[in-house]
Amino acid sequence: MSPIIKKKGEKFTLPGKYLLFILTLLCTGLIVITFSTNFLSAPISAVGGSFIAPLQEGISKAGSWLSTRSEELVQIRSLIQENEELKAQIDELTMENIRLQQDRYELTNLRELYDLDMQYDEYEKIGARIIARDSGNWFHSFVINKGSNDGLMIDMNVMAGSGLVGRIVDVGPNWSKVMSIIDDNSNTSGMVLSTSDNLMVRGDLELYADGLISFEKLTDSADRVVEGDKIVTSNISDKYLPGILIGYISSINVDSNNLTKSGLITPAVDFEHLEEVLVITQMKQTAENSTGDS
Amino acid sequence: MKRFIVSVLLIIICFLFQTTVFKGLNFGGIVPNLLIILTASFGFMRGERTGLIIGFFCGFLADIFFGNVLGLNAMIYMYIGYANGKFNRIFFPEDIKLPLCLILVSDLAYGFLYYITLFLMRGRFHIGYYFLNVILPEMIYTILITLLLYPLVLWINKKLEASEKRSARKFV
Repeated sequence: MSPIIKKKGEKFTLPGKYLLFILTLLCTGLIVITFSTNFLSAPISAVGGSFIAPLQEGISKAGSWLSTRSEELVQIRSLIQENEELKAQIDELTMENIRLQQDRYELTNLRELYDLDMQYDEYEKIGARIIARDSGNWFHSFVINKGSNDGLMIDMNVMAGSGLVGRIVDVGPNWSKVMSIIDDNSNTSGMVLSTSDNLMVRGDLELYADGLISFEKLTDSADRVVEGDKIVTSNISDKYLPGILIGYISSINVDSNNLTKSGLITPAVDFEHLEEVLVITQMKQTAENSTGDS
Repeated sequence: MKRFIVSVLLIIICFLFQTTVFKGLNFGGIVPNLLIILTASFGFMRGERTGLIIGFFCGFLADIFFGNVLGLNAMIYMYIGYANGKFNRIFFPEDIKLPLCLILVSDLAYGFLYYITLFLMRGRFHIGYYFLNVILPEMIYTILITLLLYPLVLWINKKLEASEKRSARKFV
């Protein structure tokens, strides 16, 4: 007799085996659909996110309060010593500051000359606060407290301070999900600022702990790229705006094919202590959307 | 009905804590997996059916927010809940050794399945590194949190069972 057949007077329940089978089919379906297309994730995320995100924002404040308190206790002793060192440093820096200010006037003049003022001061930016991080330990993505209501869209670039953090991969009404460039899934097209050589910046889980990211496919036959060179986003990237600072080369090796080079980059952003980020609301112009405009 | 509301609340609270508070209290960037504790303990306390349903919803919530592929976490958590349900027959509320072992193994299984589906498939072969730096610390932290969270879940389950028995007696 089949276990699904209803006995008299008993409430109908589906046995575990069958439920498991049905839900497995459902999951497989979802995996296939989200892998090949993108139309399902947006509505489901919007529904789920609109009530979870406000809660996350509240609790995350409590969480950061707790972690600041625990850090305070640990750090008090080292702070006293640090304070004295810093005071000495202030004097040094005041001197340096005066010198730098002079340099800055010079720089402004030069910029005007070369019409280089198109740097990222020009991009329109919105500030946002991080309210939740990835639930597992495998990837480095996080949720911020602004969404489509504030004019954010998928693929907008996210910065913190002076460096690139990542880009938006998912948007809800009042939240959006950001994939960082150190995420194991992430590949960014970059460029060495001094020589304009292109390379691929790739996040790697094995380097999270050291605070580094790796790069590869650098063609530099003239051997001009050295450690310490600035890496910025490249002109040919179809997601990232050009010229945003990614980081500095910290080590460089020749690949076994003797044609390309790979190595490690120290990112310009401190991903461990990110709290607020800036979203650039300008999108990268691609061949597709420029023809759409005209 | 009461059980449904309590379960939904538990899942949401655990998810919120895992993504917010524990991200502030991490050790070396590692966060405990509260959802696996919930899935596994409902599995062996209530049986296969409840285990797989709770697992499915826990995983689905994680998928909505942080999944690269919708449904993958849901599937892994669901099977873990179902497998834990198989141990319902030898589970006694007084015994803490079995729950601890089951949760430990569940977290290990989750780590390996996740590694195989999302990392091995992309040609990341350093399983030793991933085991020592992600899976093992997560297991240890999760077990520590289990010692606090599991008695709470057990207590909630006991209260629910008592109130269900009471309402059932009324109708007889």
